[in-house]
Amino acid sequence: MNDLHDAPGTAHTARTAPTAPAETPPVLAVLHSRLNSSLGGAARAWLDQALDEAAAHPGTDGPVPVWELRMAEAGRRCGPEHAEAARVLLLHAARADAPTLARVYRQGTADERRAVLEALPHLVDGPEALPVVEDALRTNDTRLVAAAVGPYAARHLDAHSWRHAVLKCLFTGVPVDTVADLPRRARADAELARMLVDYAAERTAADRPVPDDLHRVLALTGHPATPTGTDTGTGTDGKES
Amino acid sequence: MRIFDPHIHMTSRTTDDYEAMYAAGVRAVVEPAFWLGQPRTSPASFYDYFDALLGWEPFRAAQYGIAHHCTIALNPKEANDPRCVPVLDELPRYLVKDHVVAVGEIGYDSMTPAEDTALAAQLQLAADHGLPALVHTPHRDKLAGLRRTLDVVRESALPLDHVLIDHLNEITVEEAKDAGCWLGFSVYPDTKMDEERMVEVLRKHGPEKVLVNSAADWGRSDPLKTRKVADALLAAGFTDDDVDRVLWRNPVDFYGLSGRLDLDVAGTDATHEGNSILRGVPKTAEA
Repeated sequence: MNDLHDAPGTAHTARTAPTAPAETPPVLAVLHSRLNSSLGGAARAWLDQALDEAAAHPGTDGPVPVWELRMAEAGRRCGPEHAEAARVLLLHAARADAPTLARVYRQGTADERRAVLEALPHLVDGPEALPVVEDALRTNDTRLVAAAVGPYAARHLDAHSWRHAVLKCLFTGVPVDTVADLPRRARADAELARMLVDYAAERTAADRPVPDDLHRVLALTGHPATPTGTDTGTGTDGKES
Repeated sequence: MRIFDPHIHMTSRTTDDYEAMYAAGVRAVVEPAFWLGQPRTSPASFYDYFDALLGWEPFRAAQYGIAHHCTIALNPKEANDPRCVPVLDELPRYLVKDHVVAVGEIGYDSMTPAEDTALAAQLQLAADHGLPALVHTPHRDKLAGLRRTLDVVRESALPLDHVLIDHLNEITVEEAKDAGCWLGFSVYPDTKMDEERMVEVLRKHGPEKVLVNSAADWGRSDPLKTRKVADALLAAGFTDDDVDRVLWRNPVDFYGLSGRLDLDVAGTDATHEGNSILRGVPKTAEA
């Protein structure tokens, strides 16, 4: 599902859309190229026109900018399986900034919200779009939780929220492979290790199995599996600040 | 047997219901926006509700293998509260969404001037957005309500064959059929229609353009009524094809007028990423 995150960064092999801004990140160029080759003629024509409109009129030129209407109808125009890629490209073509992304997210269906979350790392450099990620992490919708723990969260989410996001993935069955940059952020995180071990103890006490993913993350922390109540040190390693 | 419940308020139902519905053959539902029992007092409450119909509820349904679509509207009852009327101005941004397959439920409750205005405005919105309309008929003064409803539809830009008139009964079916509308019947434990009466209506009027729904909500209602009607029809000698037509193909044809039906639940499957609703599998299944 993480098409956007694991696509190779080989911009020179991809056909960049003539309408896309010059600074199209390689990963989005690849995405566009793949999408073009999957869409039928009518859908591709719709997408080309929608991206042109978004690039030409990114701002509010009516009650709702035209490209936001295109966001809404992407599923029935491109097919549900291609809608997310189309929406990410539309957000990029419209050069959506953090306030715009927040509005599109707030007014979006679950599918549109996923697209905003997927687009974040390509459109926003600073932490100003974090409220969108935090909103998604508050939901119980695993599609949103999975999209929220991408590269943008890896870059900007504070230690406490990030640990809870990892734990939430384990609780809800979102594979931890979905969590971007997991090895780097988990490394030497004693507090995360403590939370994982406590969760494992809770599962074991309830005679329930401990998810394999938990052991994987615990190994990444590099900390011994010692639950709360035993001496593991202070429980913080400086990442909490 | 495949069943499409074209009118059910799943927001008010439990996961047990989803499980039982799937076991009974329900594979698709449409959830019309309606009243919640407790009157709302601000437009923002509607928007959270609409967002749930386009976010959380389809997710819940997909966990149980059921495709979920919705209809969006300001319902007639709350159209009478001036605090809620601004919802009409926000409807266009919802009516463009994928998975919104009609404007609804609209229609009459008490047949007030405010309801006249909301009904006419929302029929126009349906026409503007290429959507059909789900129009319910009032519980009180039903036949007069139906006639007034059909008059308003005739004056609107929406063709009669893009309108599903719901909560019909033996008294109102004839005029709705003659008008060329789709015919909806809600089957309830005590009120509205029941299974045996539904069989008689279909004997008399045939299956063309007929849809049967449970309209299950927060009141006494039964989300398995669609299946019970199907069983009653088969027991009465209707064919499998008749049953499939009424309980699957007719709803698909009506809501398909939107061009937005997506009945491939696998395509929107959420369980591959885990399952936040099941909240853990039973211990027996884990052993």
